[in-house]
Amino acid sequence: MMGSPRFWSWAALVAGLLYFFLPLVGMFEFSLRARRGEYSFQAYTNVLSDPQFRDTFLYSVTVALFTIVLGVLIVAPTAFWVRLKLPKLRPVIEFITLLPLVIPPIVIVFGYIRLYNTSSWLPLTGTAFGTNLLLIFGYATLALPYMYRAVDTGLRTIDVATLTEAAQSMGASWFTIITKLILPNILSAILSGAFLTFAIVIGEYVFAALLNRPAFGPYMVWMGGNKAYEPAALAVIAFGITWACMGVIQLATRLSRHNRVQR
Amino acid sequence: MTDATLADTVAPTPQTAPAPRPRRANPLPLKWLGVAPFMIFALLFLILPTIHIVLGAFQTPEGDFTLRNLQGLGVPQVVRPFMLSIKLSLLTAGLGCLIGLVIAAAVTKGGLPGWIRDAMLTFSGVASNFAGVPLAFAFIATLGRLGLITVVLKEVFGINLAATGFNLISFLGLTLTYLYFQIPLMILIITPALDGLKREWREAAEILGASGSQYWRMVALPVLWPSLLGTFALLFANSFGAVATAMALTGSSLSIVPIILFAQIRGDVLQDPHLGYAIAFGMIVITGIANLVYIVLRTRAEKWIK
Amino acid sequence: MDFLKIEHLEKSFGTTRVVKDFDLTIRKGEFVSLLGPSGCGKTTVLRMVAGFETPSSGAIVIDGKDVVGLRPNQRNIGMVFQAYALFPNLTVAENVAFGLKVKGVGKDEREARVQEMLAMIGLPDLGARYPFQLSGGQQQRVALARALAIKPHVLLLDEPLSALDAKIRVSLRTQIREIQRELQITTIFVTHDQEEALSISDRIVVMNGGVAEQVGAPFEIYNRPATRFVAQFVGTLNLIEADVIAPETGTVRIGTTEISLGRPLKPGRVTLACRPEAVSLGAAEGRPLVLHAEIGEVHFLGAVIRVQARAGRTALSLDTFNRPDTPPPSAGDKVQVSISPADLLVLEA
Repeated sequence: MMGSPRFWSWAALVAGLLYFFLPLVGMFEFSLRARRGEYSFQAYTNVLSDPQFRDTFLYSVTVALFTIVLGVLIVAPTAFWVRLKLPKLRPVIEFITLLPLVIPPIVIVFGYIRLYNTSSWLPLTGTAFGTNLLLIFGYATLALPYMYRAVDTGLRTIDVATLTEAAQSMGASWFTIITKLILPNILSAILSGAFLTFAIVIGEYVFAALLNRPAFGPYMVWMGGNKAYEPAALAVIAFGITWACMGVIQLATRLSRHNRVQR
Repeated sequence: MTDATLADTVAPTPQTAPAPRPRRANPLPLKWLGVAPFMIFALLFLILPTIHIVLGAFQTPEGDFTLRNLQGLGVPQVVRPFMLSIKLSLLTAGLGCLIGLVIAAAVTKGGLPGWIRDAMLTFSGVASNFAGVPLAFAFIATLGRLGLITVVLKEVFGINLAATGFNLISFLGLTLTYLYFQIPLMILIITPALDGLKREWREAAEILGASGSQYWRMVALPVLWPSLLGTFALLFANSFGAVATAMALTGSSLSIVPIILFAQIRGDVLQDPHLGYAIAFGMIVITGIANLVYIVLRTRAEKWIK
Repeated sequence: MDFLKIEHLEKSFGTTRVVKDFDLTIRKGEFVSLLGPSGCGKTTVLRMVAGFETPSSGAIVIDGKDVVGLRPNQRNIGMVFQAYALFPNLTVAENVAFGLKVKGVGKDEREARVQEMLAMIGLPDLGARYPFQLSGGQQQRVALARALAIKPHVLLLDEPLSALDAKIRVSLRTQIREIQRELQITTIFVTHDQEEALSISDRIVVMNGGVAEQVGAPFEIYNRPATRFVAQFVGTLNLIEADVIAPETGTVRIGTTEISLGRPLKPGRVTLACRPEAVSLGAAEGRPLVLHAEIGEVHFLGAVIRVQARAGRTALSLDTFNRPDTPPPSAGDKVQVSISPADLLVLEA
């Protein structure tokens, strides 16, 4: 049974790799075809010099940053509090954080539009500012499962309950505990969650489109319907950003492992 | 709470426990305050909107209870998209499971070098997130009318892809594109389950006379079954709710449920605002059931692969 | 009748030679143990007989046929693993019937055979249970039944008792031996526990560093170890340093005592060894080597009393049977211990 299965394993792997790499290659190759007859970065220069690209990209980046801050502010203290004071509530909280994975995002944003329209008790959609707020909160909701799981796992690994009790018994104040003990140890978890949030927000389409916000996602779709080669360049840029985010996450997790080993 | 009672019963000497004592006076309000921000956030931006939709599915515009909206789901303009979505999700989930299993098996058990497994898991982690608009563009750039493969096939092999009837902007094209994130998701979830298949089982089966396929048929697949079915359900739900990829690839030409709902939200194309609620409700029910199946089967699978 | 022949078996992983020129001939129905510390190559030899590893060179001949080219599922061998390896999705009965089902044996015949095997291992009523509902000892017995159900002509056991606790280990090894004897099946048993190997084997192969250091019956291995390693690995050994005074007659001096061993020795220093039961308390006829010792620890084990003593710089371990009328010595007692020269082994370096 030695030779034959290994051949099929290689065959399966190669087939899989082909399927996964060809679209990436195709996307890159297509993006270089803007100038007839020769390869060039024309599509990229077109895209990067397009004011709409800059505006929507900047918008999405800003929204992403706000979302990350909001997400961390809501998730980190809650995860910490639940672990320390309300362990019985943890299954409920976990269930809630998994809901955004079960309920399709299009349904959630549909709910926003109906619930917070101009004739409701919280007319967020009435103003641009309100809608931006809605978008940020919506993205924080979409990123909730990942952010919570990242921070919760980080807290579990450092056994925050025991750590806090030990610190308290030595007379440390809450401020010291949070800033000197907890935060440094879950920093990598927060970074993971932050970069995942960033990757999600940058390319998101449904929320931005239905809330009519000038974000990067709808811009990309619009380009896809109107231009030939620029969409491929956009896809390369978006993919590059996702890859970079993932890379930073891997780095962050590896650094945290290093910290634990040192102790 | 438990800490205080335990200290009471176990501690022989009356040790001063300063903090618990005064806290006992009003423990509840303070503790719950800590999760208040989260709860308010979840309520306002997750739970209430969803409940509003669910209730709206059963309400007339005047606010009375009715099943009319759900009955409205019976029209062909709605039934066809649901059937199409179900077909699409079954197909992408099925193929995703099958192909993902084969690749995961090749990488974990197929006798390949160890580093390939880690590399494949990392790549799957990234690829499962590479969904939506950029993915659609990548496929258009590769298999579209002017795509890389189309061109290469024509100029190097003399095969005209369009003439064979293949069109990327179609049900089949969308399936192919969806597989790009379905397969990695399958690989990520099934790899731990495959690790749970002990090497001794295969050896025991072999020494008892079984061939490789007999081992898979009689031992490995039955053990993996709950994980496989559960992940199938997860992939199904994942595919059912996806919007952006379809929007960017097939636009409104392929009438799957999310696209219909999108059009309905944007401009009430179905001439009935509450029908939108019903469609959304239908989506929640389907993805909800699929996720429930996944969770139930996953707990069962964990019992066996100890 | 020679049934299983292993000839010049070699196995290397990369540049490491794990099994070196291993030879072994086993008769039909014989129970042979491969005994040695971890890493000595005993499991590798077993796995090569099973077919899970391919030898770098050498032959494995079973019943006249060289099986090296055959896959494991073509060799008609039964195997019991250390981790039981019962299929978790099948009941006990289905596990036992697995090999028969694979071969295409009919349902009725399968059921009859399963009942027969379950009765043989003493678990006739557990057919409908699942492995996770059984204890470790029960699982291993089921594994044995499963291996034997297909009527293999060789049975291999890879440290089957190592994962079980002490009491089960003793009862189960006896049961395994009884079943093996009843079925007269040629068996190779791998273990690192020398008591296990000594108690149930027809012959033992003591292995070290990929080499078979000695092959022989338990009595042989224990009383006439061929190398220092075998002497020290199997059983307890007392080591006594001595100077050779007269090489031709084998006269040595231990401390201040001189005795003759009756066989020629090489000049210089020599290490003598003897078993704890060969050292007796007090002087006696026929035991001319008398040493003065001080008692250290005394372990009363019931039937056997194990005494640690010190004679000058030599540590001695002494085993003596319990006798109701003779209380054991106490720590600090100054006694005489005597040894017969016939019980002294001369250890090569």
